[in-house]
Amino acid sequence: MSIDLKTVKHISKLARISIDDEKANKLKGDLNNIFEFIEKLNELNTDNVQALTSIAETTLRFRKDEIKSENIREKILKNSPEENKDFFVVPKVVE
Amino acid sequence: MSDITSQSLFELTSNIKEKKLSSEEITKAFINRAERSKKLNVYVTDNFEKAIDQSKKFDSNPNFDFKLPGIPIAVKDLFCTNGVRTTAGSKILNNFVPTYESTVTQNLWSQGAILLGKLNCDEFAMGSSNETSFFGNVQNPVGENLVPGGSSGGSSAAVAANLTPVTIGTDTGGSIRQPASFTGTVGLKPTYGSCSRYGIVAFASSLDQAGPMTKNVRDCSMLLEVISSFDQKDSTSIDYKRNYYSKELTKDIKGKKIGIPKEYRVDNMPDEIEQLWKNGISYAKDCGAEIIDISLPHTNYALPTYYIVAPAEASSNLARYDGVKYGFRSLGQNLIEMYEKTRSEGFGDEVKRRIMIGTYVLSSGYYDAYYLKAQKVRQLIKKDFDDAFSKVDAILTPSTPSSAFKIGEKTNDPVSMYLNDIFTVPINLAGLPGISIPAGKDKNNYPLGLQVIGKPFDEQNILNISYALEDKINFKNDISDWWLSE
Repeated sequence: MSIDLKTVKHISKLARISIDDEKANKLKGDLNNIFEFIEKLNELNTDNVQALTSIAETTLRFRKDEIKSENIREKILKNSPEENKDFFVVPKVVE
Repeated sequence: MSDITSQSLFELTSNIKEKKLSSEEITKAFINRAERSKKLNVYVTDNFEKAIDQSKKFDSNPNFDFKLPGIPIAVKDLFCTNGVRTTAGSKILNNFVPTYESTVTQNLWSQGAILLGKLNCDEFAMGSSNETSFFGNVQNPVGENLVPGGSSGGSSAAVAANLTPVTIGTDTGGSIRQPASFTGTVGLKPTYGSCSRYGIVAFASSLDQAGPMTKNVRDCSMLLEVISSFDQKDSTSIDYKRNYYSKELTKDIKGKKIGIPKEYRVDNMPDEIEQLWKNGISYAKDCGAEIIDISLPHTNYALPTYYIVAPAEASSNLARYDGVKYGFRSLGQNLIEMYEKTRSEGFGDEVKRRIMIGTYVLSSGYYDAYYLKAQKVRQLIKKDFDDAFSKVDAILTPSTPSSAFKIGEKTNDPVSMYLNDIFTVPINLAGLPGISIPAGKDKNNYPLGLQVIGKPFDEQNILNISYALEDKINFKNDISDWWLSE
């Protein structure tokens, strides 16, 4: 199977990465090469194999449900792209 | 006493403890050399001024009980360092200054080490040559216009060029072991869960591990001892008793069973690598190890599996870079356009390629065919190792299918770049520890490495085998300092 230009554009939309036609064509070629290589997995019959979902055979730990009062608003906002001491600022989303 | 910057970590710590050298002298020696080594492009951000202050502070009130007393160390720019810019080699994090510290780097500072700076790497650790970095490629000190390997390319080059005594890298599919092999240095990827992932910029969370990169095996054991720890802040960190790796290090590997997997004899493998492997086998025999032929039948499926699993996880992990809370932002007419432009301008080509692969394999209608299939094959790969380790204590293979290649040689062919990791990727998929040690040179005089793979949590055993082999191999890097400026 091969990936067409329409699919490349659809994936780029899902991935929220804008691409122009030239880039999309280049990506189409790259992705087809990579998927051709990945198709090798179809040689294997895996009907009775259980998927490996975690390499570390442990169950997730619970932590105590404690309130930690750390006043870190300043820290969290420190790297904010647009300066504002109280909020993250984004383009207007409601008219 | 030999030149300060060429000393091993073991020598430097001994010299500090015996008061033959001060932290300030050592720190300044590395900084001075770095100032004359700009051509290698190993640093993304330096911390030299603060490092000198900290070294003076250490000398005024030294604590010799520390494992890294006053030792300056540069780290891969994938570890978040509090107050020091952390870029992951990406434009999208170009201006990011963390307000917290990764657990692994905190472990270094808690044992007396001093941050020298942040080392170049492939963007988000995606690459095998350090050429995907937003901050430009790194020169391999082994020879001009050679790649240092990747993704921890700045790290491997810095150790080989004596710009840091030791360093830490991260390894998702070979990113510590392949660059170590390309630069004639030692690199270890620990068992998944050994080192905390807290504060490491995430690439593929089920594969990522931090690990030591050093000049020799003893230094590697000393550094692993410091960075490996149980951490509540990483839900996959494993609580087990870690060895006292440097104390328990021994060359006595008599009676150890070492497996040789026939599937690692790949097509077109250079004769030199075949020979290197044979030499390694005969050295292991000389040390009293027992050599056993084994089979890892699904080896050939590891790379295709990896190129589904890793991009899938990466596409999820990298969804957070949207220009909203931190990092680079490109303005758009509306929120969606802001996301799309930010990500389009902020990520480089390789990262975009992998996000696209990941998005595709996880998208509606393709999940079963790709992602689920890969998770099943990953189980088969892990089972290969489980079966092998019922017969042997460790496995010996080459680290890479070639020596370092020229800058630009493979950039236009992603698949040929990916093939570099053919011997290292299966180990990440199975969550095992693996170490690469320098083992010889090819006809161009470029280093080649051998890899020792161990059972989960059996780092001590692979360190011991490497320690014994290192002694027999007696590798000399003889790098000429060709890049040094006045």
